[in-house]
Amino acid sequence: MTAPDQGEFIAALLNPGAPVPSGLTDGARNPAARRFDVYRNNVAVSLTEAMHTAFPVVTRLLGATNMDGLAGIYLRAHPPRTPLMMHYGADFPAFLAALPQLAHLKYLPDVARLELAMRRSYHAADAKGLNPAALAAVTPERLGDALLGLAPATEVIISGWPLFDIWAFNAADGPKPRAEAQDVIVTRPEFDPMPHLLPSGGAAFVQALAGGETLGAAMDRAGTGFDLPATLTLLLSQGAITSLTMKDP
Amino acid sequence: MLDSRAPSLPLKPGVGYKAAHFAALRDDPGTVAWLEIHAENYMGAGGRPLAQMRALSEQFAISVHGVGLSIGGEAPLDGDHIDRLKHLCDWLEPASFSEHLAWSTHDGAFFNDLLPLPYTNATLERVARHIDQLQDRLGRQMLLENPSSYLAFDESTWSETDFMGELARRTGCGLLLDVNNVFVSATNLGYDPRGYIDAFPLQAVAEIHLGGHDTDSDERGAPLLIDSHGCAVADPVWALLAHTLKQGGPKPVLIEWDTDVPEWAVLRAECARAAAALTDCAATV
Amino acid sequence: MSTNAKTFAIAGAVAAALGGFAAPQAEAQAKEKCYGISLAGQNDCAAGPGTTCAGTSTVDYQGNAWTLVDVGTCLEVDVPDMADGSERGGSLEPLERDLPA
Repeated sequence: MTAPDQGEFIAALLNPGAPVPSGLTDGARNPAARRFDVYRNNVAVSLTEAMHTAFPVVTRLLGATNMDGLAGIYLRAHPPRTPLMMHYGADFPAFLAALPQLAHLKYLPDVARLELAMRRSYHAADAKGLNPAALAAVTPERLGDALLGLAPATEVIISGWPLFDIWAFNAADGPKPRAEAQDVIVTRPEFDPMPHLLPSGGAAFVQALAGGETLGAAMDRAGTGFDLPATLTLLLSQGAITSLTMKDP
Repeated sequence: MLDSRAPSLPLKPGVGYKAAHFAALRDDPGTVAWLEIHAENYMGAGGRPLAQMRALSEQFAISVHGVGLSIGGEAPLDGDHIDRLKHLCDWLEPASFSEHLAWSTHDGAFFNDLLPLPYTNATLERVARHIDQLQDRLGRQMLLENPSSYLAFDESTWSETDFMGELARRTGCGLLLDVNNVFVSATNLGYDPRGYIDAFPLQAVAEIHLGGHDTDSDERGAPLLIDSHGCAVADPVWALLAHTLKQGGPKPVLIEWDTDVPEWAVLRAECARAAAALTDCAATV
Repeated sequence: MSTNAKTFAIAGAVAAALGGFAAPQAEAQAKEKCYGISLAGQNDCAAGPGTTCAGTSTVDYQGNAWTLVDVGTCLEVDVPDMADGSERGGSLEPLERDLPA
């Protein structure tokens, strides 16, 4: 009897209601039934566990049973596109945003984006933080022309929701979230990524630096009321700034 | 051209490396002389996984074990993934590189499991072609591991032992004999595990795996063992290891424990048991 | 802001940042912290839980059949609408940077 090709095998694997492909046995001519279920389980369970691991805060917010159900839908619609499980779930924010059942939890996609950013940061290339003495050596009149390079592990998430508070409440015993929009920066001083709340204008400032703009231009992007000392202290103390060069006058 | 001077693993116990054991393993390795890592977990650009490997590779021989290439896939191999494997092997210069006789990718989607193959001439041609391609690109010999089987294909015309022997003969690859997989497959498909070992081309075996399995049953009440890697190696598998070493001589023996990972001391004790099996084998040869 | 005012602001911010700055961290410790393990994301070659679990449940895996069945902490989070009633439509905008060659 002809064995199923790999496409037929996968189609039956992902659909528990489908019949087990013919041509598969227990080694003694009895048709495989529950034996095929071992593979069904391996795939569904391993990818479901990968989703729980990748999105612990989304899982906490929704509850483990809900996450199991969501993962069952997600893994069939969006199976991994590479063998690197470290990056599985890249489509999850858009998937969450499109589910009508979760329309009342509009902040969930942003939480998923933060969790993806944490994982990218964990695996990003190493970079040594800039010694702040280098900044002190620049004459004050020229500081505005400084170009500050950022560590590859730096990630910025812009949110219309109290994203940092939601993360801290669920992952770090923080207080209940405030009713405000919060942008978040993920830094990785050594090997452990940490999210931090960015002050108003901070996201635009950091993105301008990342885009190769000068310190002066980035400050303009941040707008009025921007807390430059606090932001610069955060970036330097977290090793998020890794290089200093001067724009040609 | 394969490099005949390629390093090999020591004829001692190794352990499947878990990040949680980093400090304990370095402080008190016991009988462990080498570590095996899953290649795909070290393909990031940086961070702690690579830093740990820089430190550990100074103390231990390293075996890189791929779990995602889908060598048995009907589609061409993923060239990007082969490049990642090459990058990792060029960086770590491991004592061994191995992959599985299985498939896991279809139509661009990766299913994160080792799926089974029918042992036919068509499968043989395809897998041999993929092994040739991989060995050429990596510039080194690879080891191919026997799978855990939960079902059989009517279509198969080769025994697994002959199939793997023929692949080794055609491609020059070495073999990785997972003795727990042999016990699991033999129980699940109703054959004699010692007969499998006796028929296996042991001279091509450059590494042995041992791991724990779970026990389930099929709808007819027949035992169905699951290769869970979540508990201690079972006594009959230790007995099968002793038989294998007696037939084939000493080999590097790896303990795998991937789920419900215990404290380091538990794994260290499993490795000591493997060391004792190797000592017994040397005493009788 | 005038150029002079900006220069003053930047110089002041740099001075403040440096004033509160601790010495650079000691050589990085490679030892895993517990939450780092979950951030790693793992490939392995272990099999799952046998024959009776998620892969064999015959629920409809179409999104429209899914319903919320248990509750996590989302009820406690209780995030009200933004003060101005608007939504900024949160999104992750990837950092654009010149990658070294």
